Amino acid sequence: MIASRNLWIGAALTAGFALAALISFIWVPYDIETLNIAERMKTPTGAHPLGTDHFGRDILSMIMVGARTSIAVAIVAVCIGMGFGVPLGLAAASNRGSLLDELIGRGNDLIFAFPSLLIAILITANFGPSAVNAIIAIGIFNIPVFARLTRGSALSLWQREFILAARVAGKGSARISIEHILPNVLNLLIVQGTIQFSLGILAEASLSYVGLGAQPPVPSWGRMLADSQTMISLAPHLALFPGLAIVLTVLGLNLLGDGLRDLLDPRLRRDRG
Amino acid sequence: MVRYVLKRLISLAISLVVASVVIFAAIEVIPGDPAAFMLGINAQPDTIAALREQLGLDVPMFQRYFNWVGGLLVGDFGTSYTYRTEVADMIGERLWISLPLALIALTLSTLIAFPVGILAASRRGSVADVTVMGVTQLGVAVPNFWFAMLMVLVFSINLRWFSAGGFPGWDEGLFAGLKALTLPAISLALPQASILARVMRSALLDTLGEDFMRTARAKGLTRKQALWRHALRNAMIPVLTIIGLQFSFLMAGAIIIENVFFLPGLGRLIFQSISQRDLIVVESVVMLLVFAVILINFAVDIAYAVVDPRLRRSQ
Amino acid sequence: MSLLEIESLSLTIRGTPILREVSMSLDAGKTLGVIGESGSGKSMTAFAVMQLLPNGSQATGAIRVKDFDVLTASEEALCDLRGNDVSIIFQEPMTALNPLKTIGDQVAETILIHENTVAKSAAMARARAALDRCELPGSRFSLGLYPHELSGGQRQRVVIAMAIALQPKLLIADEPTTALDVTTQAEILRLLKRLVDEDGMGLMLISHDLAVVADMADEIVIMKDGEVVERGPAATLFDTMRHPYTKALYAASGHQPERNTTPEDTPLLSVRDVVRDYRLPRTSIFGAHEQFRAVDHVSFDIRRGESLGLVGESGCGKSTLTRAILGLEAVQGGEILLDGAPVFTGNVPNRALRRRMQVVFQDPYGSFNPRHRVDKLVSEPFHLYDTPPSAKERDEAIAEALHAVGLNPDDRLKYIHEFSGGQRQRIAIARALIIRPDLILLDEAVSALDVSIRAQILDLLADLAESHGLTYLFISHDLSVVRSITDRVLVMKSGKIVEEGPTETVFDAPAHEYTQRLIAAAPVLPDIAATAV
Repeated sequence: MIASRNLWIGAALTAGFALAALISFIWVPYDIETLNIAERMKTPTGAHPLGTDHFGRDILSMIMVGARTSIAVAIVAVCIGMGFGVPLGLAAASNRGSLLDELIGRGNDLIFAFPSLLIAILITANFGPSAVNAIIAIGIFNIPVFARLTRGSALSLWQREFILAARVAGKGSARISIEHILPNVLNLLIVQGTIQFSLGILAEASLSYVGLGAQPPVPSWGRMLADSQTMISLAPHLALFPGLAIVLTVLGLNLLGDGLRDLLDPRLRRDRG
Repeated sequence: MVRYVLKRLISLAISLVVASVVIFAAIEVIPGDPAAFMLGINAQPDTIAALREQLGLDVPMFQRYFNWVGGLLVGDFGTSYTYRTEVADMIGERLWISLPLALIALTLSTLIAFPVGILAASRRGSVADVTVMGVTQLGVAVPNFWFAMLMVLVFSINLRWFSAGGFPGWDEGLFAGLKALTLPAISLALPQASILARVMRSALLDTLGEDFMRTARAKGLTRKQALWRHALRNAMIPVLTIIGLQFSFLMAGAIIIENVFFLPGLGRLIFQSISQRDLIVVESVVMLLVFAVILINFAVDIAYAVVDPRLRRSQ
Repeated sequence: MSLLEIESLSLTIRGTPILREVSMSLDAGKTLGVIGESGSGKSMTAFAVMQLLPNGSQATGAIRVKDFDVLTASEEALCDLRGNDVSIIFQEPMTALNPLKTIGDQVAETILIHENTVAKSAAMARARAALDRCELPGSRFSLGLYPHELSGGQRQRVVIAMAIALQPKLLIADEPTTALDVTTQAEILRLLKRLVDEDGMGLMLISHDLAVVADMADEIVIMKDGEVVERGPAATLFDTMRHPYTKALYAASGHQPERNTTPEDTPLLSVRDVVRDYRLPRTSIFGAHEQFRAVDHVSFDIRRGESLGLVGESGCGKSTLTRAILGLEAVQGGEILLDGAPVFTGNVPNRALRRRMQVVFQDPYGSFNPRHRVDKLVSEPFHLYDTPPSAKERDEAIAEALHAVGLNPDDRLKYIHEFSGGQRQRIAIARALIIRPDLILLDEAVSALDVSIRAQILDLLADLAESHGLTYLFISHDLSVVRSITDRVLVMKSGKIVEEGPTETVFDAPAHEYTQRLIAAAPVLPDIAATAV
């Protein structure tokens, strides 16, 4: 019961923000590139449901366009993490204890010692800040997450008799990894994917907040918060709505992840009777 | 046990070496000429040459790496280009803000998370459990810097209990220093506590389903006794893993939170250095942070062995 | 008055009926055997006595231990009862102990929890005594050992020591030996018998194995689908049994499939002097890897059309040998020949030969990829062909294989979770049959099945041997199964074949000391008057 409620609330919140991002490509309430100093720092009204910022831009429109940045950065970062992490995890598991396995394990440990913020700092120190750097930093940090998850569950699958049966049928480890292991870890990957997606949104917001992420004029929720900070005592709503947007998106993705886990994990399903 | 510790020590050393190579490569090799980069596009060739000499860039790359690492080992982090002072001194000063901040936050999040997680697990499905799950679900979703801004709004601007930022220095007394770190530590700790409480709860629930818990109940232990005597220590194994991981997030989080509260810690230092292109400082601070993370993970590995006899004695 | 009295016990768990009107009783100093297949409710009856039932359980009827009414007792009173008056031993010794506490602490805990005036040192001394009684002498098994330093049988002794530390009146043993090797099983059963005699306890022994219970019990109860179908004194029950299920169970337990195949004289598979070494983890950081010899100079032949048994306890190397024969792992010495051609050339397995060998594994649940349909699962061995068969040929072969194992060809479109354990094992056999191999390795293929299903599968295997001209290598720890279906048998211990000969000869007159021990340890079904069945 609770599981499916989580799933629906999560799906609705996630879909809501995804939709807002998509709509922003064709329509936003106000153009965010036009500054309107006369209308600056207005509290929420009928014309501007979420108010305006210090340049008189409509905050609702800013949040809609900012959703694009957040979602794009997080999706690409998850894809990088899965694209490298899953094959590495599968390869490590199929050669358990080998040099390759050892190397992948050590590499993972090493990346875990560099939180995405430090990776972003290193990249920025070289190439200057940008949204692309944020994507790379978050993506690199996602690789060991997926590699470990894949390796861990693949290892237990390799012990199962159906893998032995496939080997008796003459199948090699690459083929077995794709045909038998991957479909059986897919559920876990989907669940972890939504969680990393939400962590990606949080990380992108943090990086933009400290100036290591998307640069002006690309709008982003993190920078909206950074901009609002000096004016927080005058206009708290400037800080409130972008923050709420982050919280609701991340909450939605986490609920979706929990719901999917309950739905997809047969162990839990049996548990519920 | 000795063998286990030795093995971990060797892997600690390897991690440090590889991390230093990665950082060195990222800062001093990939960008080409660090001196030209630091001085910007308008620099005169002779200024660049002077800086190259000053940074020791005129020697081969391998020698430079060993000079740098050799310096780190004896506490010589080089000289900041912008401030013309020893990097070690700059770090030392700021470490006394960042380190207490991270430690207070870690302690706080553990102190909150453990009882809350245990309560939720031991009364699974109760009102308390549902509340804990709801609140922590929200806590996980809140970005710590935004939470910090809200705290400033409420406790500094409206209630005026705390100052909105800045640090008086430890010279002003322990109380003044701790007071300045209170809001930053809370805003770091609460989101982390939410994660940790959830992990604690699910690790305990997993353990409660184990066969040996049934054995304990069959001996005549009450539910509560079985939980405290048998489940808790077993649940610590996954919880320790998360605490280790969290420390690295706390370090990163501290860097960001220092920005919200204008604390002159390592985080401020690193962003100033980036904007001033002072690569020497960036390099050393990043290395220091990575060293701290690796060290904490070593400590977590040792803690595993303390908790789990299977790691202490191999058959 | 009886020690344990269960009267019309009915149990539902979240609305699902589990037990219906179950009644049984047990006197002090006696042993009550409870027999049933999986799902019969025998374990739930035991948990009901301890009141350790899953959440959402609802029990009616009455359970009395002495004059203590279990179903109406408070949780506090029940905690006093558990471990003190009533103790229980579980099936799985590997997971029944807390891995992070010493065995001394865990045994002493039973004492400390019930007698709060006892000093820790006194409790430890009594824990020592309890372990000594369970044949874990202090000279070899100190109180400071952790569970992972003990074998399965030794762990079960620790669990027993915990259970008898306070000399309870009633001891419940829920499949206490199912997870153990046959020689260990015999030792544990002997230990239980001794403890029951010494302390005058009542023992409720729960098992799926008729022979185990028949050896030990004074009184027997047979359960099926949550009901008691037959009860009576052990001495006469099998002579007077009335219920068709009891009769079927007895018949299935000693089932002898009818076999009409005669082996030819030519060897199909020759194993010559095979050695398989494993590298152990290094014991010191700079030390060399040590080798573990899992298979030690093993040689034997299987003749065409023969059914050869390979028996041995866990860790004897029989699974490793199986994998070597199948060409899954290279060997370090010797050779394996099928029809005179080597299974391995260098380190590369020979595909043409692998086509002629297939395998059926033990676990009917783990042997199939849960995400594939039956047609895909069954046709997987076609991968061994250099040119895959056409869709039509493939479909015909699937239908034929499913038909041969007694399944409906329409089952091809289902997923594996839609089948029962016995049906899954039929599908596993269909998968082995589909490329028409000469040799099938049966690796504990019936060990996980209930006896009645096991009998059906054994019959099927005997039929298929005849209709498909198959040769079997039957690998099992279960002596009675091997005896019923093989012509010849090999006995393996510590990587070596210690005895080899015609099945009847080996079982009736074992020559090697280990074989003798193995056969003596195996529980035997009671003989009954021929008129009873």
